[in-house]
Amino acid sequence: MAYQRVAIVGAGITKFVRRAQETGKELAAQASKMALESCGMTMDDIESVSLGTAPDAFDGVHMKGEYLSDGSGGWRKPYMRQFVGGGTGVFAPIHGWYHVASGMFDTCLVVCSEKMSSCHPHPQGAFKTIFDHTTEQPLNPTLIWIFALEMNRFMQTYGITKEEIALVSVKNKKNAMDHPAAQLPMEITVEDVMNSETLAWPVNRLDISPASDGAAAIVLASEHVAKRITDKPVWIDGVGWNLDTAYWATRDLYYPRYVEKAARMAYDMAGIKEPKREIEIAEPYDPFDYKELHHMEGLLLADRGEAVQMLLDGKTQRDGDRPMCPSGGALGVGNPISATGLMKIIEIFLQLRGEAGKRQVPGNPRCGLAQAWGDLMQVGTVVVMRR
Amino acid sequence: MELEKFELGATPLKDSAIKEGKVLTVAKKPNLKYAWDNGPAIGRYLAELKEGRIIARKCNKCRRIMIPPRMFCELCWRPTDEWVYVEDTGTVNTFSICYVNWDASRIKKGEKPHLPAVIEIDGASPGMGILHVLGEVEPEKIKIGMKVRAVWKKPEEREGSITDILYFKPVRG
Ligand SMILES: [Zn+2]
Repeated sequence: MAYQRVAIVGAGITKFVRRAQETGKELAAQASKMALESCGMTMDDIESVSLGTAPDAFDGVHMKGEYLSDGSGGWRKPYMRQFVGGGTGVFAPIHGWYHVASGMFDTCLVVCSEKMSSCHPHPQGAFKTIFDHTTEQPLNPTLIWIFALEMNRFMQTYGITKEEIALVSVKNKKNAMDHPAAQLPMEITVEDVMNSETLAWPVNRLDISPASDGAAAIVLASEHVAKRITDKPVWIDGVGWNLDTAYWATRDLYYPRYVEKAARMAYDMAGIKEPKREIEIAEPYDPFDYKELHHMEGLLLADRGEAVQMLLDGKTQRDGDRPMCPSGGALGVGNPISATGLMKIIEIFLQLRGEAGKRQVPGNPRCGLAQAWGDLMQVGTVVVMRR
Repeated sequence: MELEKFELGATPLKDSAIKEGKVLTVAKKPNLKYAWDNGPAIGRYLAELKEGRIIARKCNKCRRIMIPPRMFCELCWRPTDEWVYVEDTGTVNTFSICYVNWDASRIKKGEKPHLPAVIEIDGASPGMGILHVLGEVEPEKIKIGMKVRAVWKKPEEREGSITDILYFKPVRG
């Protein structure tokens, strides 16, 4: 396939907070301004804008893409909003990638902005309508059901315990202590997770990421433009996305086949034959702690049922052989749905450039991956990056 | 660039700032109502539930017997071929013991936890499950792989809804 090579050249992020004073537009503008400043560009240099934001129901604002366009620099520009639930934060940069890769544009600003706090009594309520209106909603489902059902199936299939899974939460919340945008950085123990409130067994409160407000942005540029802007471009070498059936109860939840398909698409594009060896650092999507393990397997970064052993062996720690979620992930940095995926892209960008500060993993990694996941447990979005 | 060298945006708001009126908010409750049409597949599914039966659709290409029934096979991307009655028994594929309501509020003190489960229905293709709830069972006794049977509303109380099945309970003996 003939396409322009695309680099990430700049990044910006707001703090992730439970409730921000700023509007979604203002958060988008703050992250975008920082992204442009980080690479010495101005909005005049931006030829296209890709915006990611999750359900309109969070904001109670229909046409949220249009609503957020002003803050995202979309004014009188080719502008496009992307939305695949929690997968949005990696989906929006994929769209940005092909805006540039296609040769249509030389630059694209990718912005993800989320304000969940407007929805009362809790943004979780907005998720009721993701369930089928006739065959499922009359049973009064809550979003946590699907996670609890999937986690239980995953645990049962491989004989994994809640205590083992809790280690992901302990690791990620601790990693977040070094992230300047983090909402829930903390040093906790497995016991703390186990003793936290049971919401929907096997899910306890500390197994879950928080609801958050926040925004993130990156600047994409074609090769010839990127080389003028920075001597440290980070290349997007592979992208993949895939959607499974919405009849979610008719497929076995223990394994995310659609994540594997998305990953294989990205690996093929990037020429990666052995992901376990070649992907040196990753940010799998971790809205719940078990999801990090579940996704490591779908991403072929661990054999089926083996991710938990990598965790127990310390391999996924920041100083381990295969660091996972060195940022602190959704569990620690926070989970303003669409902005979370882009935060993960930014973390790999900074790690590959050696600019992750106290979060920097050792060994000068050259190749990393960010992944997000969402909709009705059915979408995987993957980006592979190299320096 | 390093994040640490930037002043990051977003100003955290405290609940007290809102309660004390230091930050003004506007509250609005949209009052929309929807009436969902069900189409031939789910329409028949509901009509059969009203009669105390569960019906599925079969695709003669992949030979899957699918529940909930659908007029097209998403795997073969072709119309499905025939109606097939399936059992009102099945196997627990996975379950949860849930203490929160749909809006994240907590269930009332003394209220029994909700017991959602994916139930693979006997007579449908392996792995074909539906979302429902369990009942007449102590939460700690629920096991993946447990055989269960539908407990129906009385015929005169059924209205053609998934809730015409009150819950699934363990098959004893
Ligand atoms: Zn078929």
